[in-house]
Amino acid sequence: MEQPQDKNLNNARTDNEYVRSLTEEKYKYGFTTDVDTEVIPVGLSEEVVRLISAKKGEPEWLLDFRLRAYRYWLTLDMPQWAHLRIPEIDYQAISYYADPTKKKEGPKSLDEIDPEVMKTFDKLGIPLEERLALSGGMAVDAVMDSVSVKTTFKETLLEKGIIFCSISEAVREYPDLVKQYLGSVVNYRDNYFAALNSAVFSDGSFVYIPKGTRCPMELSTYFRINAANTGQFERTLIVADDDSYVSYLEGCTAPMRDENQLHAAIVEIVVMDRAEVKYSTVQNWYPGDAEGKGGVYNFVTKRGHCRGVDSKLSWTQVETGSAITWKYPSCILSGDNSQGEFYSVAVTNNYQQADTGTKMIHLGRNTKSTIISKGISAGRSENSYRGLVKVGEKADGARNYSQCDSLLLGSHCGAHTFPYMDIKNETAVVEHEATTSKISEDQLFYCNQRGIKTEDAIGLIVNGYAKEVINKLPMEFAVEAQKLLSVSLEGSVG
Amino acid sequence: MQSKEQYLNLYRECRTLIGQHSAPVMNVLRDEAHDELLRMGFPTRQAEDYKYTDVEALMAPDYGLNISRLDIPVNPYDVFKCDVPNMSTSLYFVVNDRFYTKALPKVALPEGVILGSLKEMAEQYPDLVAKYYGRLADVRTDAITALNTMLAQDGLLLYVPKGVMVEKPIQLVNILRADVNFMVNRRVLIIIEDMAQARMLVCDHASDDIDFLATQVVEVVVGRGASFELYELEETTARTHRLSNLYVSQEADSNVHINGITLMGGTTRNTSRVTLAGRGAHIDLCGMAIADGHQHVDNHTAIDHAVSDCTSHELYKYVLDDEATGAFAGKVLVREGAQHTDSQQTNRNLCLTRQARMYTQPQLEIYADDVKCSHGATVGQLNEDALFYMQQRGISLGEARQLLMRAFVGEVIDGIRLEALRDRLHHLVEKRFRGELGKCGDCAVCK
Repeated sequence: MEQPQDKNLNNARTDNEYVRSLTEEKYKYGFTTDVDTEVIPVGLSEEVVRLISAKKGEPEWLLDFRLRAYRYWLTLDMPQWAHLRIPEIDYQAISYYADPTKKKEGPKSLDEIDPEVMKTFDKLGIPLEERLALSGGMAVDAVMDSVSVKTTFKETLLEKGIIFCSISEAVREYPDLVKQYLGSVVNYRDNYFAALNSAVFSDGSFVYIPKGTRCPMELSTYFRINAANTGQFERTLIVADDDSYVSYLEGCTAPMRDENQLHAAIVEIVVMDRAEVKYSTVQNWYPGDAEGKGGVYNFVTKRGHCRGVDSKLSWTQVETGSAITWKYPSCILSGDNSQGEFYSVAVTNNYQQADTGTKMIHLGRNTKSTIISKGISAGRSENSYRGLVKVGEKADGARNYSQCDSLLLGSHCGAHTFPYMDIKNETAVVEHEATTSKISEDQLFYCNQRGIKTEDAIGLIVNGYAKEVINKLPMEFAVEAQKLLSVSLEGSVG
Repeated sequence: MQSKEQYLNLYRECRTLIGQHSAPVMNVLRDEAHDELLRMGFPTRQAEDYKYTDVEALMAPDYGLNISRLDIPVNPYDVFKCDVPNMSTSLYFVVNDRFYTKALPKVALPEGVILGSLKEMAEQYPDLVAKYYGRLADVRTDAITALNTMLAQDGLLLYVPKGVMVEKPIQLVNILRADVNFMVNRRVLIIIEDMAQARMLVCDHASDDIDFLATQVVEVVVGRGASFELYELEETTARTHRLSNLYVSQEADSNVHINGITLMGGTTRNTSRVTLAGRGAHIDLCGMAIADGHQHVDNHTAIDHAVSDCTSHELYKYVLDDEATGAFAGKVLVREGAQHTDSQQTNRNLCLTRQARMYTQPQLEIYADDVKCSHGATVGQLNEDALFYMQQRGISLGEARQLLMRAFVGEVIDGIRLEALRDRLHHLVEKRFRGELGKCGDCAVCK
């Protein structure tokens, strides 16, 4: 019996050594890459929207789409309902397009990647060479600033009919597919940031899984902000046709800068009959320093539409970065028997703010949704869960289970929950539970008694607390996420 | 035109008349209330706090108001005979918003206790009333409170001095009585001083089948170590709209139990704002609603844990039949430094038909780390297995449903600390579920 216990202890120790070494480096992804980047002048106007469209060589219909969105955005005011203190954002002080692949001296072929950019992704641990990636078995679309640098395993996947490429390429190669689905889940009129993104979106990934295909490897997009004074506005579109399956991962980092940077993305997912999509995010944008200076504003609209019968969409997110997070990955469950899942761990430390959660909109019969949200706040941060469970009149037999737990580490942070439940069908069963607590003295004492230092004990307990969600992540991500959790909280307790 | 205009105009035209028939202490606040109502207007469904009850629309029709305080002939004993068996209470009546002096209980209250018309008491004890009147009910933050402060002329004052224990429960019957569509603005001020104790049962009735709109602002100030229980029972008609704002402020080690029961009504909106201002204060905030037809019940609660070591317990249950709508919003705010807070909130709802709607919105806002807070909310139906089990044993489906529903709301009733009232409520709820409440045979309405 003693053997495994010792082993666990050793694991805890090595984990924490790793954590400590990481903390000394602080935010280890905070470096910048010195690469020639073509940045368009700051400011937002109809000309800028046209310029972005022209740079990407887009067809007329897409420019129209952008302009409609831009004109609509002009009529909107910044939403104030979130439990966030957002400093005024000067949209005219941001550059909306930065291309690190363009050398100033002249055009180069798309396949040739600047070695500096290559090095950057190497440093981030993102394999851009397919032979390296083999060990991970993962296809990557790497996006730096406004441009997709490279997509690996494109050809291998295409053999199975799977389309995995940057959205700009998809617009060129598969215009009909893009036209059919773009904006069909998140309309440009959806909200302030959706309108902004629809007007100026740059790169992101496009995934199409044909009927009856199970995607043989994990697809992944890695977003990196590099250039200063720019915003990143990526757009991802995933379509899973009948009887298909795909697991998609998203990761992101940004350099350490004193000024805030804006990231406003849209992710749209369409799930057809009996298809399943698993979308995992490890969000690690630069969170700002200990005084709350700098950091990324992460204002994201993510939504999936389970159109088909028996379809399933699962969101898993680990949110540790960003100065401000404003994000509600949602599921519209309109197919009968469709299922939506949302697993989230959101960690805030120092002066970070997060207002995150989900919307589960039950429209079809016998639809099911599960929400597990774990918030951890430390330092002087604010962490809110905001969620909506809506059951429409025709959604007979809808079932929802929500659980939102908050853990407070420190007496100056805030943890809040704002769940909404709108039930319009008597056969619905909806349950919501929330708890807020701190790490109990008993748990700590128990660990201390067994020779585990308080700081290590907290690491163990926090990881245990978040386990339910982390277990949903693909393996490589889970390990990374676990370490991230400890790093984010380092120095916040004791 | 916005609904607020008609009330603002009325006030501007009748300012003197309203003041004449009220007390100076109450008149002081009217102008500010007018300005605030002018600024805010009535909330529409756009306002987050009134998302599920459209006050603007409720205020739109033309209601009569009894500003010059004409006597409305009524014999309260005719209207209300449904007393609580086996419970001896000190019974008082308020007809519309006016304290009824012609039927006072024979046994006097303990010495020093003041209970009577707010207007008259404000004239007799201006200092006492001025100290508390309008202090908790902030006209700047709520349009209904502003309207009530602007127009309310009378109501009730209960004052229990330091260390006095009012043994007998005080029963207050609010009767709505009029011949035309009618608006009532009632004001209640309850002051329970340090170490004092009181229990109060408030019943709302409407004696005429016309449109009533009753606004009510209740301010409850509870001193150190004091204890106060408030049971509110609404049994009006489908044409009665109730907008009630209850403000409670509690000092250290005080204990308050509030239970709001909605059995019958048209639109009910109860806002309860509780501030736990002294260490060791405890609040039980409970409520239940049984709604059918087109009834609308909206309970909006906010508990502010301002200091450490306070506890709050909330339990709300709804049974919604036909096309009834229920809404519940419960906000718990734990301020920075309010350590060792223990807060529990539960909201459970039964939807019996497809058309019944339930909106629930529990909220936690927490700024302290050493706290225990939880909330739970469910919406569902009666358990099929339990129904089947009972039918197997010869209990008809209808009866089985009744049993389950009574057991469901029973949890709220069991929290009542007055045994006789508990029994009475179990009985009333049973009748309500059988659809017999409207014909109890005891009071004038049913005869």
